[in-house]
Amino acid sequence: MAELMYWEAIRRAHDEEMARDPLVICMGEDIGVAGGTYKATQGLYDKYGAERVIDTPISENGYTGVGIGASFVGVRPIIEIMSVNFAWLALDQIVNSAAKVRYMSGGQLTAPVVIRTPGGTAHQLGAQHSARMEKVFMGIAGLRVVTPSNPRQAYGMIKAGVRCNDPVFINEHELMYNMKGEVPDGEYFHPLEGSEVARPGKDVTLFGYNISVHWCLQAADVLAKLHGIEAEVVDLYALSPLDRAGIAESVSKTHRAVIAEEAEPIAGVGAEVMAIINEECFFELDAAPVRVSAASVPIPFNRTLEKATIPSANDVVTAVLKMFGK
Amino acid sequence: MSQLSTADKKRLLRSMLYARRFEERCYEAYVERKIGGFLHLYPGQEACAHGVLAAAKPGHDYVITGYRDHVHAILCGAPPKEVMAELFGKETGSSKGRGGSMHIFDVRHRFMGGYALVGGPFPLAVGMAKGIKMKGGDEISICFLGDAANNQGSFHESLNMAKIWQLPVLFVCENNLYGIGTRIDRSTAVLDQYKRVCGYDMPAKQVDGQDIDVVYQAAQEAVNYVRSGKGPYFLELKTYRYRGHSMSDSNAYRAKEEEQEWAKRDPVLILRDRLIKAGDMTQDEYSALDKEIIGEIENGVIKFAEESPEPKVEELEKYVLAENDPYVRGGAK
Repeated sequence: MAELMYWEAIRRAHDEEMARDPLVICMGEDIGVAGGTYKATQGLYDKYGAERVIDTPISENGYTGVGIGASFVGVRPIIEIMSVNFAWLALDQIVNSAAKVRYMSGGQLTAPVVIRTPGGTAHQLGAQHSARMEKVFMGIAGLRVVTPSNPRQAYGMIKAGVRCNDPVFINEHELMYNMKGEVPDGEYFHPLEGSEVARPGKDVTLFGYNISVHWCLQAADVLAKLHGIEAEVVDLYALSPLDRAGIAESVSKTHRAVIAEEAEPIAGVGAEVMAIINEECFFELDAAPVRVSAASVPIPFNRTLEKATIPSANDVVTAVLKMFGK
Repeated sequence: MSQLSTADKKRLLRSMLYARRFEERCYEAYVERKIGGFLHLYPGQEACAHGVLAAAKPGHDYVITGYRDHVHAILCGAPPKEVMAELFGKETGSSKGRGGSMHIFDVRHRFMGGYALVGGPFPLAVGMAKGIKMKGGDEISICFLGDAANNQGSFHESLNMAKIWQLPVLFVCENNLYGIGTRIDRSTAVLDQYKRVCGYDMPAKQVDGQDIDVVYQAAQEAVNYVRSGKGPYFLELKTYRYRGHSMSDSNAYRAKEEEQEWAKRDPVLILRDRLIKAGDMTQDEYSALDKEIIGEIENGVIKFAEESPEPKVEELEKYVLAENDPYVRGGAK
C-alpha cells in the first residue's frame, strides 16, 4: 500500500485508464502542456499526446458538451473543470445533455463521462472562486455525484467513473490535493453508491463528506478524549444517490445525528440527510438532528470573514456538546 | 459533382411529400389532442434535410438536430410509425414515449437525437466528430440547427473547437428567418449567417434552401470536403417554415404578404413542377402519389400509434441510470 498525495492518486487513475483503453481521453483548461492547475494530469500530455490530453479553450459549456458528444460514440472522456464555479457555465450540457439523454432517448443513448472539478473554499480566492455546488448536482436525476475525502477514494472513483455507463460528477477540493493517504497498489474501484464508517462509535453519528469528514474525525477525537462521547463518523462519499440504508443504520445505532457541510444550509446535503432520517428512522432519535453549515453569504475575501463563514471541527464539537446538554 | 437523376428526383419528391403529409397529419392529431406538449413542424423546409442527407450517408453518418426533428429522424432511417408513436407518447415510440416530439432518437440509425435547448447540439456534434476522428472512421457528424441557434454562445465555442481540432463536422444552418416569434433582423446583427463564420476560418456558404437541386449540389461539396478530412464546413440554407414556431404559436408576427411570397417557393412544388415540366411525371401521377402517401400514413403510421400501448407506470424510473452497472458497486469482482 503506497502513500500518495490526493493529486498523485488522481493522476495515477488517469494514467492507468488511458494506458488500458485508447478511447479514454482527458480534457480541460491547461491540463496538457501546462500540466494541470493541481497537477492532476502532469506528464500525461507527453505520454499520450495532444489528441488524448486536450487543452481546451476557456469555453466550459462548449468543451463539456464536446466530451459528452464524444461519449455518445464510444469515447470515455474525463473532463476537468478548473473550478466548480466555472461549472455553472457548463450546467446546460451537464444537466440537459449528459444527465437526461438516457431517459429521453428511452435508454438508447448514454453519456458515460467523468466530470471532475474542485470546489470548496481555499485561501482568500474570493466569491467567484470559492463555492460548493453539490446541492445543485445532487438534485439532478440521471447524474451520479461523488466526492472523495481521501486519496484512495479520489483514485478509485475515477477508475470506477471511467468504466461506469452513467455520467459521474466528482467534487474534489482545492485544499485537499496535497493530502496524503494510502492507496492500494493494485487496481481499486471505489463504489459510486453507499457510505463508509470512517470511525465507529455509539453515542452520536457525525455525517460528513469530502473535507467535512476531516472536521468530523477531528471532532470525534476531541469528544472522545475530553468529553467521553464516542462519536461515529460516516463518510457520505456518494451524494447522489445518498445512502439511505447507511444513514438509517448508523442513526438507529447512535440515536443522534450531526451533519457537517461546507456549504450554506439551504436545500443542501444536511437538509437532505435530515429528511432521510425523518423518513427512515425518526423513532430511533433521542434528539433533533443538527446541521453545522457555512454562513449563507458569497464567500468573502477578508481572511477573518472567510474563516467565520466556513465551519470547523470546533463547530462540530460545540454542536455535539449542545445536543448532550453540555 | 453529380446531378440528381430523374430516379433520384422522383424518390426525393416522394420522400418530401411524405414528410409534408406526415407533419400535416401531426398537426391534425395535435388538434385532436392525440399529441400533447410542444410540436414543431417542418413544412416549408423539406428541401434542407432532404438535399443534405441525399448527399451524405444517413444511417452511417451521425446526425443531430434541435426540436424540429421528425423529418431528420425519418431520413436517417427511423421508422415513421415509431416517430408518430413517440409523438403519441407510446411505449413503441422511438424513445419509448419518454422523449416526445422534441426528443426523437434512433441510435441504431445514428440519429443521435433532437434537443430542445437552442444551441445545445453544437458541442455534441463536435464531440461526435472528435470520436469519429479518434476511431478513424469515414463517418461525418452533421449538425442541423436554425439561424436563431447562432445567437447562443455554444455556436461560437463549438465552431472554434471544431476548427482548432480540424474535426469532421458539417454545420447546416436552416435559416428560416425567425427565432420563435422574433424576426432575424430584430435579433441578429448580421443577417447572412455564413458571414458570421468568418471568425472561425472554415468554408462557409449560403444557398437557396427551397430548391432541392441547389441544396444537393452545395451539400455534395460540403460533405465531400468534411469527409476528406479537411475539417469543418458551414452550410447556410435560406428557407421558411409555413407554420408557426410551434403549435402554441399564433403566427401573428408575420406579414401575410411575406407568407404568400414564400408559398410560391414551396420546395415540394418546385420539384414537382420541374419533373412535370421535363415530362418525367404527370399531374395525375402526382395526385395519385399524394393519395397513396396519405393512405400509407393513415393505415401504417397513425393506426400503429393509436393502437400501441402506453408505457407502464411501474417503469417510470427505468432509464434514469444504467441498470446493474458493476462499477457502481466497486467493480466486477
